[in-house]
Amino acid sequence: MQQWPMQKRNKQEKKNKQFKKIKTMSTKNWPLWEIFVRSKNGLEHRHFGSLHATDADMALENARDVYTRRNEGVSIWVVESKHITASNPENSGELFEPAQDKVYRHPTFYDVPDEVKHM
Amino acid sequence: MKNENLYNYILGIADNSLILGQRLGELTGHGPNLETDIACTNISLDLFGQVRSYFQYASKIAGDGRSEDDIAMLRKERDYKNVLLVEQPNTNFAYTIARQFLFDAYHLVFLRELQKSSDLTLAAIANKCIKEVSYHERFSSDWVRRLGDGTEESKSKMQEAIADLWVYTDELFHQTEADKAMVAEGIGIDVIKLKEEYYNYVAGVLEESTLEVPDIKYFQKGGKQGIHTEHLGYILVELQYMQRAYPNMEW
Repeated sequence: MQQWPMQKRNKQEKKNKQFKKIKTMSTKNWPLWEIFVRSKNGLEHRHFGSLHATDADMALENARDVYTRRNEGVSIWVVESKHITASNPENSGELFEPAQDKVYRHPTFYDVPDEVKHM
Repeated sequence: MKNENLYNYILGIADNSLILGQRLGELTGHGPNLETDIACTNISLDLFGQVRSYFQYASKIAGDGRSEDDIAMLRKERDYKNVLLVEQPNTNFAYTIARQFLFDAYHLVFLRELQKSSDLTLAAIANKCIKEVSYHERFSSDWVRRLGDGTEESKSKMQEAIADLWVYTDELFHQTEADKAMVAEGIGIDVIKLKEEYYNYVAGVLEESTLEVPDIKYFQKGGKQGIHTEHLGYILVELQYMQRAYPNMEW
């Protein structure tokens, strides 16, 4: 069976006493949340960054303070980071490369009218 | 000064925000974690924004060439009219939150009424500030609930802070001579009428937080007359240092 880099690392870390210490500390820490902010009506929410909070309500309040204090947003989404499934960097070849050499997959042969914004 | 009562009335409001803002500013880089650190300093900056509006107006009323900075930075301790509550130190996060909540709950009802002032400038400032203060109150009451209804340790710390700061709450509803004169003119707010609402509201939040409402019958006062606790001197040393060391300096 193929071993993903994450699993390998975890095995090594389990052997490492120092890491155990850090791990018990980090379970005491607040969970991590990913923050998405819509900066203007009509635009999509975009990933702004992440922060710590004990629950969703606090994550929203904290996001308001950390990411929208200079008037950056009209709407905030928060999602706990553990709910995000990420693609594996090792697979990026098979996932992304096939798109690179096929110029006909890119809609670059159209003239986009000036009136169409945010393309 | 022609409008001395109005001038003193404005200072009474502004100094609360100024001193509380300075206290919160002390937490910059020292908050319990990054998120609450930024939240506290955000509130501090909101308060300083409010303070500027008040002092610009006070400077106009005084009409003696003193700028908003002069009024904010160059008075002596006895000339600051803030309530004793806002100058109490950041003993720990529970104290910071208790002080904030006990003040925000008052600030919110006060600004709600000030919007009805016959003085249009004050009414407009109140109208602008109340949104910010609603957020402050949401933040502080939320933390009172979280800590009060949290672990055994957070509950005991929160209870201790509320009990310790409770003696400073009654002063919020005292009136100076300037206050009384302004109430008579329809400019000022009759704070005595807000007292019952305030204590009912605070008791409600404490109950939700499983905290006890302190049974204390003696209260501290004096801030509104310029008689402060020992803490204010130290706050002013930091607040005024730049203006004293480099007179007339600007950003």
